[in-house]
Amino acid sequence: MRKKPLNFVKLVFPSRSANESLARSVAAAFVSQLDPTLEELSDVKTAVSEAVTNVVVHAYPDKIGPVEMVLRLHEGNVVEIVVRDKGCGIEDVQKAMEPTYTTGGADRSGMGFTIMGSFMGSLAVRSRPGKGTAVRMQKVIGRAR
Amino acid sequence: MRIAFHAAGASCEIALIGELDHHAARTAMAEIRTRLDQSLPASIDLDMRQVTFMDSSGIALILALYKHVKALDGELRLFSISPPVRKTLAAAGMDKLLDLSA
Repeated sequence: MRKKPLNFVKLVFPSRSANESLARSVAAAFVSQLDPTLEELSDVKTAVSEAVTNVVVHAYPDKIGPVEMVLRLHEGNVVEIVVRDKGCGIEDVQKAMEPTYTTGGADRSGMGFTIMGSFMGSLAVRSRPGKGTAVRMQKVIGRAR
Repeated sequence: MRIAFHAAGASCEIALIGELDHHAARTAMAEIRTRLDQSLPASIDLDMRQVTFMDSSGIALILALYKHVKALDGELRLFSISPPVRKTLAAAGMDKLLDLSA
């Protein structure tokens, strides 16, 4: 069992595409307390943007539904980000995480999970069809210094 | 996101200005397609200097432009790529299709 986080933020918003930039701005502001490099800040913004875009495009394809983003700061400069929805879920998570795999057609590159994994370092996806999906990412900030 | 489009004969220059995410990419791509259909260039120079943020939605947009020019035997050239945008392009394997050094 994990220790209580040193700090946290919980944000709930509707799955409108305009909220993609809101989510990454909030994540960037939260991570800023760790004095991140510009590259680390950009990594976090990009990963959050991918996670929230997935919810907007795939979890609620024909409607607007709730998106929950939880940001936690743990000891050791670890930032944990969870993006959760109550949407349609993913039948085959392993397949969905393969590079270039997408059900979104030509507008989507299928690189979302690949980018989340490579920019954050740690990525776990749990999904139940018909119930929703939770994406959990972790990154150590300031390890380079 | 705003688009600045300059047609120049068989080629054109498109400057992407602002944040290129899923929200912005949909309208940006629609506008670019309209402009391409009007001036019919074979090659595209894509000015990335004013792209302040880009995620995989931008990859999809660039891939669509790449396929468009390849079908016309043209070239897609990216220039003034910032380090974070270059990192996202490389993570998606775009360095295998395009020269990202400019």
